[in-house]
Amino acid sequence: MSDETLTEERPAPERIDDVVIRFAGDSGDGMQLAGTQFTASSALFGNDLATLPNFPAEIRAPAGTIPGVSSFQVHIADWDILTPGDNPDCLVAMNPAALKAHLHDLVKGGLLIINADAFDDRNLAKAGYDTNPIEDGSLDAYRMLTAPMEELTKEAVKDSGVKGRATLRSKNFFALGLMSWIYQRPVEPVMDWVKSKFGEDSPVTNANISALKAGYNYGITTEAFQHTFEIQPAELPAGEYTNIVGNTATAWGLMAAAEKAKLPLYIGSYPITPATTILEELARHKNFGVKTFQAEDEIAGIGTALGAAFAGRLAITTTSGPGLALKSETLSLALMIELPMVVVDIQRGGPSTGLPTKVEQSDLLFAMYGRHGESPLPIVSTTTPSDAFDAAFEAARIALKYMTPVILLTDGYIATSSEPWALPDLDTYPDISVPFASHDEADGPFLPYERDPETMARPWAIPGQPGLEHRVGGLEKDSTTGNVSYDPDNHEAMTHTRAAKIARIQADIPDVEVHGEGDELLVLGWGSTFGAIRTAVNRVRKNGRPVAHAHIRHVNPFPANLGDVLTQYKTVLVPEVNTGQLARLIRAEYLVPTVSFNRIQGQPMRAREVEAKINELLDGEAGE
Amino acid sequence: MTDTARYERSDFQTDQEVRWCPGCGDYTILASVQTYLASLDIDREKHVFVSGIGCSSRFPYYMNTYGMHTVHGRAPAIATGIATANPDLTVWVITGDGDGLSIGGNHLIHALRRNVNLNIILFNNQIYGLTKGQYSPTSEVGKRTKTSPLGSIDRPFNPVSLALGAEAAFVARTLDMDRNHTIDMLRQMHEHDGAGLLEIYQNCNVFNDKAFIDLTDKSTRDTNRIWLEDGKPIIFGPNDEFGVVVDNIGAKIVEVSQVGADAIHVHRADDPNPSVAFALSRISQGPYGPTPLGVFRNVKVPSYGKVLEQQIAAAQTDKGAGDMAKLIRSRGTWTVDA
Repeated sequence: MSDETLTEERPAPERIDDVVIRFAGDSGDGMQLAGTQFTASSALFGNDLATLPNFPAEIRAPAGTIPGVSSFQVHIADWDILTPGDNPDCLVAMNPAALKAHLHDLVKGGLLIINADAFDDRNLAKAGYDTNPIEDGSLDAYRMLTAPMEELTKEAVKDSGVKGRATLRSKNFFALGLMSWIYQRPVEPVMDWVKSKFGEDSPVTNANISALKAGYNYGITTEAFQHTFEIQPAELPAGEYTNIVGNTATAWGLMAAAEKAKLPLYIGSYPITPATTILEELARHKNFGVKTFQAEDEIAGIGTALGAAFAGRLAITTTSGPGLALKSETLSLALMIELPMVVVDIQRGGPSTGLPTKVEQSDLLFAMYGRHGESPLPIVSTTTPSDAFDAAFEAARIALKYMTPVILLTDGYIATSSEPWALPDLDTYPDISVPFASHDEADGPFLPYERDPETMARPWAIPGQPGLEHRVGGLEKDSTTGNVSYDPDNHEAMTHTRAAKIARIQADIPDVEVHGEGDELLVLGWGSTFGAIRTAVNRVRKNGRPVAHAHIRHVNPFPANLGDVLTQYKTVLVPEVNTGQLARLIRAEYLVPTVSFNRIQGQPMRAREVEAKINELLDGEAGE
Repeated sequence: MTDTARYERSDFQTDQEVRWCPGCGDYTILASVQTYLASLDIDREKHVFVSGIGCSSRFPYYMNTYGMHTVHGRAPAIATGIATANPDLTVWVITGDGDGLSIGGNHLIHALRRNVNLNIILFNNQIYGLTKGQYSPTSEVGKRTKTSPLGSIDRPFNPVSLALGAEAAFVARTLDMDRNHTIDMLRQMHEHDGAGLLEIYQNCNVFNDKAFIDLTDKSTRDTNRIWLEDGKPIIFGPNDEFGVVVDNIGAKIVEVSQVGADAIHVHRADDPNPSVAFALSRISQGPYGPTPLGVFRNVKVPSYGKVLEQQIAAAQTDKGAGDMAKLIRSRGTWTVDA
């Protein structure tokens, strides 16, 4: 097989604006890799895109079964998209279980690409099929294309040096090659990636590239696959772009914050899905002076971070729901002794182990209130994968300026999804450094709780500085000397002081912006529902109906203008991937009635459903 | 105090009233630590004392150094953060048998195995004092307390055995009332690079008085204190009539006259094999009868903080100093023209 084949003349492709493709197979079939590489070549081609990986919590659930199905959805478009799409237009099913698990999401008339070799009696039985759906007519509502991918892959890789069952491992590359043909993606970036990953001329490289080309050429040479599609590059704002995954953006945002704070970055963390990749990413960058410490447990994760904060570092700990519960006690100490720290919570389905690889927004109230005693702290949230960079930077800025731990809430969707990111000019990010305490002994004893009049932050006196020796601890402190105090009035004053310091941050954060028009309906969201809400609101507005969208980054304290914004609308709709946690906070804070729209299925909010809810509310009001 | 000493003990005292019960062993330990620190040529501001929760954990408030009084059991973890963030500091952990061996057992063993540069002082009084007298993980079986009115049925830890099992590179034991020996143990622990554990038998005269009477009473102490001295045969007793021999099964006490002086085990704290130190730690299962005191183990292992610094230096040599602008372009980019 030669390279020339790849540039052979093709029938004219059908031009489409966007497509949602879902790769689905057994968790050992390499679907995440196929999807990621399809995404990477689309990104380099210049499409806008958004991705949604979806995989089981088990590393290898029993092969061929529905619990073992892993999928990767990518939405590519020639326009500025905000979500990975609600329903796929094209489903790649590598086995019967993948078909069974995902067919109900495929749009009617959608394209179905099937690995026919996997549809044998054994696999059909494992997936619960009595008859073969390829043959029994049950897929007539779709455009089905089948290919014996395993046989063709085996044949393609026979000279690669890979032997035996290992030859089948390349079948994801066959599928990727075929999809690249159908959607007219360049395959050169994939070949470059394979070479850099597996070596210029290794058996695995040869096998994967052979399978990729075989899949692509199968598309060219088989009459059944003559129909291809073309998606032009998106008209994104001018600039330099990269495709960024949310957890990578979080890690980089923290590194950028450390640089702008002129402090070394220290992360103490314990591996937990879906937060682990932040620790992994930071561990790769020791040349930036980043210290990563893999602790013995979640408590030691935040404990080491708190120790590093005392020693004058930008301290981070990362976790997900169950881990945040374990960190709670130390978090209370951190806010009691008023040291800066960013706690990143990648929310996942809960309670308990729950749905460890899925998305949920259900830690909001825990972030607000999940500590003993009166213990307020700032909460910053994240709207999209690339936004995690700025959100992490903002969390660090607040932590340092106000000498407080800050919780950064992202979630399982943002953590693993990707989108194009217009690379920022890092020089435009502000200096967020804060001076360490200094003290002249002529001024009397050093007072570790004497506060900055503007921020109410106490001085940050780090070990090694002479004359500033002092003790901090969990016991209540005298409001100025910092000595242990059991005085009743002092405790009440300190309780109010700690709350006032956090409340004061409201004056230092931007107002919430309103997108849209009218005074009928405001859709209020926070976190990763941004794309779904904005898409839904824009669709409704396109139909000429007035609706507005406001999205909160700072969940505590709220933006200063939020109360005024809320009272301008007859109805406030709050879509959340929980049972209504922001709605509770809004009602408690502003005494404003809200309508909740909740989905708690471990999946991102869908634009279609939010759109339907908006229309329902607008119809209801029109009818009144 | 010599003329050349930079500090006096009072330089390490704070203006805070010490609030332990009169007669508590903690006072003597505080004095020993302050005396030792004053003898060093180390800037006072380089010392950090980190404690958990319990009577002993009030310790940092009484030391005029940097200090953190933290969360129950978590001092080794928090101190690990300090020591690894800034390896130039001298970090001390103050903990007790409840704090360090019960609620915080996990952090203690991991700090020891990693050989983080920490000096861990474990005040073992075999009782929960701050909560007014409940049995602890080192209380003897059968101990009657408010939570064990019929006698404790918990089997106790031997802290030295535990530390050795956790790969500790420095492990020692001393008595609160013996200030000279305590100071010598503090010195050896401090001079050891990496994690050290010093168990101090500390008398709680309110809730567990005379727990260490076998080792402190004038009539019995010479018979029961087995001093471990590096390079010397382990001989003890009022007239050096007893000794310790070590064979394949373990360590046992013998009469020197019956085995001959040459058969007595010569203690080597730097023995790379921890089995002998472990055998010595099993001679007693608590401060009952003849009990070894001194340095059980003192071996050179690279400390965590130093290796971490080396990795960072090597990464910077290898890849050059970090450049954020390059990093954000490292996954491939494309340009959209205006």
